[in-house]
Amino acid sequence: MAVTSEVQLKVENIHMAFGGVQALMGVSFEVKKGEIFSIIGPNGAGKTVLLNCINGLYTPQKGSIAFDGKDISSLKPYQRAERGISRTFQKLELFKGATVLDNIRLGRHIHLKSGLLSSALYFGKTAREEIEHRDFIEREIIDLLEIEHMRHKVVGMLPYGLQKRVELARALALNPKIILLDEPLAGLNLEEVEDMARFILDINEEERWQTTCVLVEHDMGVVMDISHRVIALNFGEKIADGTPPEVQKNPHVIKAYLGEAEDLYVTRR
Amino acid sequence: MSHDVKRKEIEITKDLTIPKLWLEAAKKYGDQKVAMREKEFGIWVPITWKQYHEYVKKIALGMVSLGLERNDKVAMIGDNRPEALWAEMAAMCVGGVGVWLFQDSLIDEVKYIIDHSDAKLMVGEGQEEADKYLMIKDQCPKLKKMLWDDPKGMRGYDDPTLVSIKEVMRLGEELDQKEPGLFEDLISKGKAEDVCLLFYTSGTTALPKGALLTHYNMLTMGLNLMRVDPYFETDDFVSYLPYAWIGEQMMSISCGIQAGFTLNFPEEPETAQENIREIGPHVMFAPPRVYEQMVRNVQVKYLDASWSKRKAYELAMKIGYHVAELEFTKKPVPFYWKGLYYLSYLGVHKKLKDHLGLSRIRDTYTGGAAMGPDHFRFFHALGVNLKQIYGQTEIAGISVLHRDGDIKFDTVGVPIPETEVKITPDGEIISKSPSVFLGYYKMPEETAKTLKDGWLHSGDTGFIDAEGHLVVFDRTKDVMILSDGTKFAPQYLETRLKFSPYIREVWAIGDKKPYVTIVICIDYAVVGNWAEARNIVYSSYPELSQIPQIYELIQKEIVKMNRDLPPVARVKKFVNLYKEFDADDDELTRTRKLRRAFVEERYKDIVNGLYSDVSTVHMDTNITYEDGRVIHIKTDMKVMEVPQ
Repeated sequence: MAVTSEVQLKVENIHMAFGGVQALMGVSFEVKKGEIFSIIGPNGAGKTVLLNCINGLYTPQKGSIAFDGKDISSLKPYQRAERGISRTFQKLELFKGATVLDNIRLGRHIHLKSGLLSSALYFGKTAREEIEHRDFIEREIIDLLEIEHMRHKVVGMLPYGLQKRVELARALALNPKIILLDEPLAGLNLEEVEDMARFILDINEEERWQTTCVLVEHDMGVVMDISHRVIALNFGEKIADGTPPEVQKNPHVIKAYLGEAEDLYVTRR
Repeated sequence: MSHDVKRKEIEITKDLTIPKLWLEAAKKYGDQKVAMREKEFGIWVPITWKQYHEYVKKIALGMVSLGLERNDKVAMIGDNRPEALWAEMAAMCVGGVGVWLFQDSLIDEVKYIIDHSDAKLMVGEGQEEADKYLMIKDQCPKLKKMLWDDPKGMRGYDDPTLVSIKEVMRLGEELDQKEPGLFEDLISKGKAEDVCLLFYTSGTTALPKGALLTHYNMLTMGLNLMRVDPYFETDDFVSYLPYAWIGEQMMSISCGIQAGFTLNFPEEPETAQENIREIGPHVMFAPPRVYEQMVRNVQVKYLDASWSKRKAYELAMKIGYHVAELEFTKKPVPFYWKGLYYLSYLGVHKKLKDHLGLSRIRDTYTGGAAMGPDHFRFFHALGVNLKQIYGQTEIAGISVLHRDGDIKFDTVGVPIPETEVKITPDGEIISKSPSVFLGYYKMPEETAKTLKDGWLHSGDTGFIDAEGHLVVFDRTKDVMILSDGTKFAPQYLETRLKFSPYIREVWAIGDKKPYVTIVICIDYAVVGNWAEARNIVYSSYPELSQIPQIYELIQKEIVKMNRDLPPVARVKKFVNLYKEFDADDDELTRTRKLRRAFVEERYKDIVNGLYSDVSTVHMDTNITYEDGRVIHIKTDMKVMEVPQ
């Protein structure tokens, strides 16, 4: 998707502290509609905290978050989901005992209009609605993420790499305007990394989806390859903001990374 | 279901072609019958003969618009899907020649075949094939366009020579309006002796050779096969094996159109087994590896099952094996055994067959490579009518076949009608039939070597037994001379060992050597499970293969097999290879036959190690991935002796 100039997500001066630990200290940035926007930084820089603030799991002590031009700082997570903010988790948060399909269906729950009684009886409009949603899941998600062979498998029995895909599938079922991806590539082998990078590009570029992606990731090869813009965090502060080449050249970023065990962050390619 | 009405046999004249027969069928069935189904988005979507006809017509005329002329080659690559079959039929309708490539072919193979076959058009599925096309198109000047049907990932491709199947159909419609009747006209121009397929064979030694097969070859093959085992229009068949394998052409094209049965296409290659179960086909033809995998699945489930289930399975299989043995030896089955067999069917076999997708199977065949007797017995014990097919691409796929009620698992059966099979004084199997090919494309010398006075020389050694059954010993050049001078077929050892669920591939060595040795490729999934259950940690195939307990596990399997062998043929030493044999590394052909000469050269260090007094062999080699990346590997492998 062509990156537009329209600001979709605006994060302003976020402060987040846990007791005496300052996780975020005045972080501000803007994500434009249609971007793949990456947040990088050493471990403990505050990346996941930032995602948690955006989707409402944490309430920052200071600062504001605006989505599609409206302030969402005081909304509950599910209200933010209703507005079109969806996410995946670094440590998978799937229902391990349920099937892949049921997990994805749960992501679709927000769009179900039928009441409790008609759902229990399952007739007429409710049945039609259910079929429509299943159709969406099959056409737009299962086909896209190539998980046809496991739709009826129990999630807990699947290898990790495939569980990651299910996590993404569930986030997509929400039909989000923006998707927050927390380390989607962590723990994947080379082939799975390539698949996942391809899926992220598909979600961003395919005409059907054209979804803005906010990516927290350590795999610099992929980040620099697919992102439109990158910001770097270090100890809760934004130290760089720009295109991938700009951020790579930024002396603060180099310093932040060189202070760390270097090989942890080198690309796998 | 009864088939009282005798199927009308077609008459093959000099004018009959596959498209003519197809057009007849399309007119006969119209929208009254489902020609094919594809599982898409979780649902089986039917395609009637009327739709099939329309699509083929549009694509055929579209190909004409793109410049395809009579005798032009159309190369096709991709998974089995309706669009692939439409494209093949369309090419044949306008007098073109189909060339099939294996879906997983590496770029060099694709380039070689496209260039050698002079293909003008290439038909691919989507992005992956488009990438291959773009890589080779400058080096293959005769190649003009590529047609694709799956839009996934194609958004960034703007090369004007990439044409979507929708666009091709639109061009076809346009041409149809301009010149109505052109399509039927083009079909009527075809003659039986026209070439319809240029089929590249998976050479175990040299470069692929392109066999020229005519409509007459393909149609007579189907006719003669169905004289033995008739198929019916009510039958279902699942098309999931590569179209670049002659067996799949035989069923989907030749028999499919003559019998009018319904083809079913799985959703994805990964879902094939599940989709087969949903369809429950009546007819099936697959290489041994498919059946080996089924057996392995059952064995693994058995190992994981509860005590009571294991006992029920053991008992039912014991009964099954006994009854199958009686049938193999053509002895009558006493009524009490029949009763027991029925009970074991109700208790175990029925469910098992259902899980394997074999509950409605009437005729099932294996061919293309050797299958072990143990696998054969297994299926017959379940009451699955598994038969051996023997043939080559050069004879349109089949010349010899088992008959119902006359199955011997060490033979491949007797010739089909209109087919003669003889053994030369040297022991080579030669055959003659209306289905013998014209020759190899642009290789007159190879043709002269293979085709002498209409007799097709197979390169296989074999003999005909007292009951007229053909026994295939092995490829002539693979036959081993053991230390005492006896001839021995390595594939016999190999197929026996493959019955063990822990062993995936085997390579037997022993030609003119003091004793017999083998190289084993363990089954990663099964052995991995076995190891996990015993808290043995490993992180990769190479590591797992070298764990001492795994060596002991494999050793036990070899000891078991050794008991049934003459002393001179017993395995003395073995090595667990650090990787599986792979067609991408040229170790196997695309139909998964071992390329002995190649592995002997590649792994000569291992062979030396097996015949000297060392306990480990060192290996230093490269591995090629499907996308062309090469990884360097250095590793040590243990050599283990087998107690005699």
